[in-house]
Amino acid sequence: MSAVKKNYVVETLRKAQMIELLAKGKRLDGRALDEHRQLTIQTGLIQKANGSALVSLGNTQVIAGVKVATGTPFPDTPDKGLLVVNAEVLPLASAYAEAGPPDEDAIELARVVDRGVRESEMVDMEQLCIVEGKTVYSVFVDVNILNVDGNLFDATSYAVVSALRTARMPKYVVEDDKVKATEEIVPVPVSKTPVSVTMAKIGSTLIVDPTNEEEAVMDARITITTDDEGNICAGQKGNPGTFAPSEVLQAADTSIRIGEKVRRIILEATA
Amino acid sequence: MAEKKLIDENGIRTDGRKWNELRPIKMEVGTLKNADGSAYIEFGRNKIVAAVYGPKEVHPKHEVLPDRALIRCRYHMAPFSVEERKNPAPSRREIEISKVIREALEPALIAEDYPRTAIEVYVEVLQSDGGSRVAGITASSLALADAGINMRDLVVGCSAGIVDGQVVLDLNDTEDKEGTGDMPVAFMPNLNQVTLLQVDGIYSRENFQKAFELAMEGGRKVYQIQRQALLDKFFGGMQTESETQEGDE
Repeated sequence: MSAVKKNYVVETLRKAQMIELLAKGKRLDGRALDEHRQLTIQTGLIQKANGSALVSLGNTQVIAGVKVATGTPFPDTPDKGLLVVNAEVLPLASAYAEAGPPDEDAIELARVVDRGVRESEMVDMEQLCIVEGKTVYSVFVDVNILNVDGNLFDATSYAVVSALRTARMPKYVVEDDKVKATEEIVPVPVSKTPVSVTMAKIGSTLIVDPTNEEEAVMDARITITTDDEGNICAGQKGNPGTFAPSEVLQAADTSIRIGEKVRRIILEATA
Repeated sequence: MAEKKLIDENGIRTDGRKWNELRPIKMEVGTLKNADGSAYIEFGRNKIVAAVYGPKEVHPKHEVLPDRALIRCRYHMAPFSVEERKNPAPSRREIEISKVIREALEPALIAEDYPRTAIEVYVEVLQSDGGSRVAGITASSLALADAGINMRDLVVGCSAGIVDGQVVLDLNDTEDKEGTGDMPVAFMPNLNQVTLLQVDGIYSRENFQKAFELAMEGGRKVYQIQRQALLDKFFGGMQTESETQEGDE
């Protein structure tokens, strides 16, 4: 990540130490290989947003806000609403983050999280249609990264899902051929709960929820997102570095297993 | 959307293929004269050129890596490559794809052999037909080999996905848009290491494995064509021993 300082000498030395530890099934912070850091989710902090969630995953902290507006549907999906996920690493999030438009890392982050939400069909896009071909709800989910300490993918995904699950919007009606907002407030139509699990490969070991330190020495990264039924709905390999085919399948199994635990935490926090 | 049948009762797809069949593929190495290495690929109706410049001096200099080459990659779609004109400015999709293509090629490059240099890979999609990123990777890898960059293996790409509830190989445009899942995979065929994996759509654990393995199986067939394209350029179409053996299978 651009928000992480790369130091060749330190990395090389630390990597050797980490590989040695991982061979014994241990991590620097004492976690099990498939264990997330402490996850806390607070929702509804931003009253002016339609929905919001502040997520802490260890020292990684992100906040997601949902804003709902009306817009014009895409010509190829006239009966579906719009959903936009955007992520930005703020300059206050790390000594190495710079202000400016999202770079390729932030774009990849937002697109992978978006894929999980979209492909799991978490949001009922057809219910977001007001007048077919003309007016639909546009749901914008913007994520600000507040503190960078590894695994922005999962923290961002949990924040987006939690914010959407608690988002409420004004109901629009058509009166005299005009679309009008009413006083009635309804939930954003959501059903599924996609959960991403990101793993880093260091040497030949896969570890869940890497910290900054672990990401600095990882060879490759893989994110697999699952839905409530244990189906896989999104995935992305990242970083130069490779996976053996068996490791890909192992990552899928880990994601299904660990995702179930995380889903319970999200459902509880957004109930 | 779901009503439209993409596979008929005989198991035949919209373009006449069976579930495990690839589209017609053509590759040529060394098609651009100025580039240090180049390749052209036709993968179904995809028409893609890839070019490599480098190893060359790094600009701006602060991006220099002391121990290896800096790899840059730009995947770009021509405005006329799709049904509705595409804005030529790089989209978020193209920025993400440029990144994953770079990360798919990098493991194959022996970048340590070229410290303090840059190697630039350009992928231009002249016509797009679903699976352009994996076809782009296959062509880029040929262009890198053509440029004489030291490599551990070639990188080959292929996709699989879910259409009408069935796992199928190598989705075309219509299947990509109207099917329910697409899984591009790139890997180094001789080292058997996956260098790119993206998943979208809904897969049961069983279908996930089936699609993943099918994409790799398809990739191995693409690799034979890729390899032959290199032999054609440098050895005038010579056949090697391993290939004649494979041909006998």
